[in-house]
Amino acid sequence: MAEKMAVFLFFLFAVVSLAAVIGMIFSRHQAHNALLLAVAFTALGGLFALLNAPFIAAVQIIIYAGAIMVLFIFVIMMVDLRQPLPAAKKRWVYWLGAGLMIVVLTELIFVLRSLPSGSHTAEPDFGSPRALGQILFTKYLYAFEITSILIVAALVGALYLARRREKD
Amino acid sequence: MPPASFFILSCVLFSLGGLAFLIKRDLITQFMAIEIMLNGANLALVAAAKLWGSLAGQVLVFFVITVAAAEAAVGLAIILLIYRQKKNIRSEEINQLKG
Repeated sequence: MAEKMAVFLFFLFAVVSLAAVIGMIFSRHQAHNALLLAVAFTALGGLFALLNAPFIAAVQIIIYAGAIMVLFIFVIMMVDLRQPLPAAKKRWVYWLGAGLMIVVLTELIFVLRSLPSGSHTAEPDFGSPRALGQILFTKYLYAFEITSILIVAALVGALYLARRREKD
Repeated sequence: MPPASFFILSCVLFSLGGLAFLIKRDLITQFMAIEIMLNGANLALVAAAKLWGSLAGQVLVFFVITVAAAEAAVGLAIILLIYRQKKNIRSEEINQLKG
């Protein structure tokens, strides 16, 4: 029963995320693109939860579908293009992009054949927030602290870049 | 659920993100396409963490998400600067290094 539910949820989230991304490719309106992207990120959060990663799923929804998409919406609001962008004049660009990405996809799937078969038997609290927090604040503590410095530097840099100049 | 299905989905998401990056014409949507590619890679990492029974994959995804937030802040500030200078964000019109 639980296995059937997992299969159903996997296909639900997979179809929702793929449909949102494909809709983003065909839509020419940036606000619609941002909305579709938020849907895709939320579905991906569900997929993370299916993979024994509840903490990562929560972070995905809070940071990606929440914070980053709000940033995108703010910039779309400030840029204010009024009308949707015109389509590209050159049709061959579409075919070139599609061909290149089909090549990349075949390569990636070809690489997947070297995956080991059979899942690892995980211990019961694998991926729980407690286990993740313990490894994050012991083994990966340096990386964690360096990331916090990086985020402060990025925020200061973004503020400096986006400020209004007094003279011009 | 076989882990290979998650890997295949992540490959398809990565390719679709790359396709969107190549055929879109405005910087904001191209930036969104990069985020899709990052998410495809994240899905592969979480699936690998489950497959090998190691938490390192999940820790890596945590760091990728936090660094992506910093990257989005800086990238969107740069897009805003380009818009103030050129009054549009079409990527084909950004063809010079001197501002």
